[in-house]
Amino acid sequence: MSEQTFELKGNLFTLSVLHLFSVDIIQLRKDLDEKISQAPKFFIGAPIVINLAKLQDSNVDFAVLKQTLVDLQLNPVGVCNGTESQNGDAKKAKLSVLNYSKDSAKPAPSSSTNAEVVEVEKEVYLPPQIVQATVRSGQQIYAKNRDLIVLGAVSHGAEVIADGNIHIYGTLRGRAIAGAQGYEEAAIYCQRLEAELVSINGSYWISDSLQGELWGQAAQVKQKNDSLEITALVKG
Amino acid sequence: MAKIIVVTSGKGGVGKTTSSAAIGTGLALKGYKTAIIDFDIGLRNLDLIMGCERRVVYDFVNVINGEANLNQALIKDKRVDKLFILPASQTRDKDALTRDGVERVLNEMKESFDYIICDSPAGIEAGAMMALYFADEAIVATNPEVSSVRDSDRILGILQSKSKRAEQGLEPVKEHLLLTRYNPERVANGEMLSVEDVQDILAIDLLGVIPESKAVLNASNSGQPVVLDSESDAGQAYNDAINRLLGEIVDFRFLNVEKKGLLKRIFGG
Repeated sequence: MSEQTFELKGNLFTLSVLHLFSVDIIQLRKDLDEKISQAPKFFIGAPIVINLAKLQDSNVDFAVLKQTLVDLQLNPVGVCNGTESQNGDAKKAKLSVLNYSKDSAKPAPSSSTNAEVVEVEKEVYLPPQIVQATVRSGQQIYAKNRDLIVLGAVSHGAEVIADGNIHIYGTLRGRAIAGAQGYEEAAIYCQRLEAELVSINGSYWISDSLQGELWGQAAQVKQKNDSLEITALVKG
Repeated sequence: MAKIIVVTSGKGGVGKTTSSAAIGTGLALKGYKTAIIDFDIGLRNLDLIMGCERRVVYDFVNVINGEANLNQALIKDKRVDKLFILPASQTRDKDALTRDGVERVLNEMKESFDYIICDSPAGIEAGAMMALYFADEAIVATNPEVSSVRDSDRILGILQSKSKRAEQGLEPVKEHLLLTRYNPERVANGEMLSVEDVQDILAIDLLGVIPESKAVLNASNSGQPVVLDSESDAGQAYNDAINRLLGEIVDFRFLNVEKKGLLKRIFGG
């Protein structure tokens, strides 16, 4: 059996799609250049498909468009969602016509030349972790990705940790570590500050450093200039 | 069905066995059938405090291992009706207690007793865990000094997380604070924590305050639970604590420095 020189197989690839909103190629070149300059490495030699859905049946000079993209170091491989005449013109300019129909109904991304995939982070509300009682010596509580509320006290030798803020409605005698995974806005609030250690976003003070005027008082601890700042909790 | 009460502290030497003996005896005096179990396997003390050390034949470990039945091992007190002592083994160590074995013995005792007092060993190791695991209520004996308070705090945390009631999500173990060796004079001089200081940190119900007293040492040496010495301040303070345990509201005594009267000043206190 002779050795095969090739094999044809279908495969799916992710390609950047350039949604064209205008046939003004000079303006397009300018805008696109600006976009590419933000992340040149990402775009160099990138295969790109031109989506014609928004152009209705305007005439496009595909030869110029193609050359423009090549000049910007992109590699235009085809068009999609064109009209019949647009597809014909594209073929003459040696661009493939790709079948890409489903997405045409969806609104194109608002940014005109945005070929990147924009990940929209969904905002999820994480309710605080609430401890109803006193956290006793030897106990450790970690509120992952959220705030921690302790309705009792935090005893000597107990440790409370949160990735968010820590609120203690009793006396803080043990250790409290807020913003544990790095969150510089985190704060510790307590009704009475007698802590062994407080830490925010990596900055920490031990009991010795806390023996100021707010020792034994209602206080909040925040990070300031890579150090900590302790202020009184104003009573309403 | 008996109520199981553990007397515990974390720290050693704060008065767990003295308190177990006094409270157990006091409950029996009030007519409740009571057993006191010594969980301090290997460091048997309860029998000495109770004055029954010469009557020990079988012990708690023998019962767990099926070498004796409960009635053979329980020692009936000679002074107080309805009071029984289950002594610890002096020759074994704390690993001799298995959870299944302890549960079996406690279940058998629960049928016929009103109260079972578990005298816990010090520390937070297996023996102490075993003593508190099956408890319905806990009496945390604490001395008014910082290390004892911190150890009590630790034990409270364990009661809330490692007891059977905690593990099975039942109603939590009812916690009582018993402040022992309280010396109002030293508190006034700032050498000891006050009742308020300790309560502020531990934040549990105060069952009693037992004054530091010669009567306690005398009682231990003579094998008489101090509550039988109803003339003594410590005996009265234990009696108050037992009444509170039974749900009565009793004013606290012996909290302030006693003002010496003229006669006492002349003849000595």
